[in-house]
Amino acid sequence: MDQVSPTHPRLIAEGEFVVLKREDVFKAVQVQRRRKVIFEKQWMYLDNTIGKQYGTTFEVSSGGNLQTKKAEIAAAEPKEAGSDNRNIVDDGRSQKLTREDIEALKEKGIKGDEIVQQLIENSTTFRDKTEFAQEKYIKKKKKKYEALITVLKPSTRILAMMYYAREPGKICQLRYDTLAQMLTLGNIHAGSKVIVMETCAGLVLGAVMERLGGLGSVIQMYPGGGPVRAATDSFGFTKSFYKILTEFPLSKVESLHSGTYSSRSASSETSRVSEEGNESVGEKQSNATDNEENSNPAMDTAQPEEQEDMEASGEGPLHHKDTEKKMQAVQKKQKQDERKRKESEAAALLQAKNADGLMIASRFHPTPVLLSLLEFIAPSRPFVVYCQYKEPLLECFTKLRERGGVVNLKLSETWLRNYQVLPDRSHPKLVMSGGGGYLLHGTTVSTETVKPNTNIEPKTGEPAPKKLKTEEQEC
Amino acid sequence: MCQFKNINSMSFAEYKELIEHGDTAIIFLGHDSMFPVSIQQGGQTQTKYGVIRHSSDLIGKKYGSKVTCSKGGWVYILYPTPELWTMNLPHRTQILYSTDISIITMMLELKPGSVVCESGTGSGSLSHAIIRTVAPTGHLYTVEFHQQRAEKAMEEFQQHKVSHLVTVKNQDVCKEGFGVSDIADAVFLDIPSPWEAIRHAKSALKSEGGRICSFSPCIEQVQRTCLVLAEHGFTEINTLEILLRVYDVRTINLQIPDLGRMTEDKGSSDGSDKSKQISTAQPECALFKSGVSPRETVGHTGYLTFASISLF
Repeated sequence: MDQVSPTHPRLIAEGEFVVLKREDVFKAVQVQRRRKVIFEKQWMYLDNTIGKQYGTTFEVSSGGNLQTKKAEIAAAEPKEAGSDNRNIVDDGRSQKLTREDIEALKEKGIKGDEIVQQLIENSTTFRDKTEFAQEKYIKKKKKKYEALITVLKPSTRILAMMYYAREPGKICQLRYDTLAQMLTLGNIHAGSKVIVMETCAGLVLGAVMERLGGLGSVIQMYPGGGPVRAATDSFGFTKSFYKILTEFPLSKVESLHSGTYSSRSASSETSRVSEEGNESVGEKQSNATDNEENSNPAMDTAQPEEQEDMEASGEGPLHHKDTEKKMQAVQKKQKQDERKRKESEAAALLQAKNADGLMIASRFHPTPVLLSLLEFIAPSRPFVVYCQYKEPLLECFTKLRERGGVVNLKLSETWLRNYQVLPDRSHPKLVMSGGGGYLLHGTTVSTETVKPNTNIEPKTGEPAPKKLKTEEQEC
Repeated sequence: MCQFKNINSMSFAEYKELIEHGDTAIIFLGHDSMFPVSIQQGGQTQTKYGVIRHSSDLIGKKYGSKVTCSKGGWVYILYPTPELWTMNLPHRTQILYSTDISIITMMLELKPGSVVCESGTGSGSLSHAIIRTVAPTGHLYTVEFHQQRAEKAMEEFQQHKVSHLVTVKNQDVCKEGFGVSDIADAVFLDIPSPWEAIRHAKSALKSEGGRICSFSPCIEQVQRTCLVLAEHGFTEINTLEILLRVYDVRTINLQIPDLGRMTEDKGSSDGSDKSKQISTAQPECALFKSGVSPRETVGHTGYLTFASISLF
């Protein structure tokens, strides 16, 4: 992705990835001139956001243009209010404006806040409502008629919340607080060498990259034809952030373990490719068109939004097509070379077996993935495995205990509860998430015993029962 | 590609391979039993498995090593991550645990380079996590009004070789603020009356805006804080609570009750009933793995209130 380097970190520039926010709904888009964007059943152009500060709130006006809107604190104070609802009857006739009247107002291009005012004035029961009910009424109507859109800089916080709300299936239902746990328990920080195996549209990868801040290295282990990074791109990372990112196919991990990988890659890059051409490279090429099972979710993630935009703009990228095709052929070749280079780079990083952390969040069974990738991690480093379901992690836990080389094993889950906090009306929100997945995490340790230099006792003098005792206690 | 790791660099903010004099390490004895130790040339540490001599047993060894103690038992020496430190640090106050810390870190959008203001420093549990995340280019300004605690925290930051990433001020944040202005990307408050510090938080934040979080155990505190946040122009005010559920992995054995089933239907049935016949001799059991919740667990730590500000 070409990243336009912003002149000011807080000003929106063309080509940047931003997140649109309306109420609690988010949508990630790239800012492009004269390009229609559909958000919350409204279409709009983002041209006017360019040069404005991140965090600016806009109102959609006629023609889909966005106008800056000063956030006003409160509308007209309600003067009269009832104390209870004993005399309020639901006869369905309290609103004197008909549906047609409202539609007519909208067509005339009347501003949202004026429509809300009209609705209040034409409501016979409004004055009898309690102060709280009036406030609630206004809030509800504003939400419907006043389209205020805030443009935000992407972050793990925003994108994780967005994906969980919009497309939880694409990220294995990984709730944002669970992702937050993963980053902390994995001790992800600048300078680390992290292995990431995820099928969460690249969200976990992006979150890790944000925490590395362009320092250290990330090796993305991918299933199928290629790594999925739809969500990663939405972070709008600069090119320097991508420099530390390499990828390695999961299907070649065994060859790394057995040592057959190194010999093959060392012999000759090109011969290896032609040898395996039908299998691996062909797979990569057909990635975009083929309905190969593993690459499918990836395409789903990327496509709907694209389609939406194309439909809206009506023209599509047709006129570019032939020049684009030639370009694509050249780019494809470059991409292949780049991928090969990155793969051998990743192989070298993995073979050092000194990675600082392991993050797994995939739709695959976690046990084989974890047991295999754990081999690449240095001792005394954290690992975190996410799974949407608890049962596979129970098995994983048992297998890890049998394998040894890990301590501090914990199986956990977090609950998240949001609150409404208003004067005299504070309470937990009506709806809370039923589940955000489970985590298994722990710390790697060395399996070899270090003998104290001054120890006189021979090796056989070590009492075996005691050893067993400690082993049992490890958890 | 791979960052060169300076062996003598900070320990809490960057990994290193070998144990050295002056390091803080975690001695892991097994099953949640561990404690921190300051590695000293010639130092000794007593464990229930006997003594560990730092010079011969630890210094120069790899982190994660299994070390045999004098009585023959063994322990692991772990690298001190902020999370392990949180589990083992000497408490001077009530502390924040990793579950709350993780959501705070994400919701405040902390990353390398972030400038953060915090008050109070307390026992430094959150401070270590913030420093880890904002290193190597960010900075933490932390304010603690209790002089002894402020000094102790400073001492620890030095010991943990992260003092260049943090400034500790001994003052009252509600009266004197954070001692910095227009500098922070995020502010965190864990004080009894956070609403009194909101205006200081606002002036500490960068003029282009930032994020704030306040941690309070009581809803009344949250109530007042939210009102003051709104008064000062903070938006996206959001209060949440996060709870950790830990599961013990156990193999459960449930006995199948004897319902007086006769073994006579032998001839009429197929293979599925064969097991039942055996059950008459021995009570039959069903084995399965389960994630069992502990009988008692943390039900509430505090409410976390987040908000954004855009100062234009």
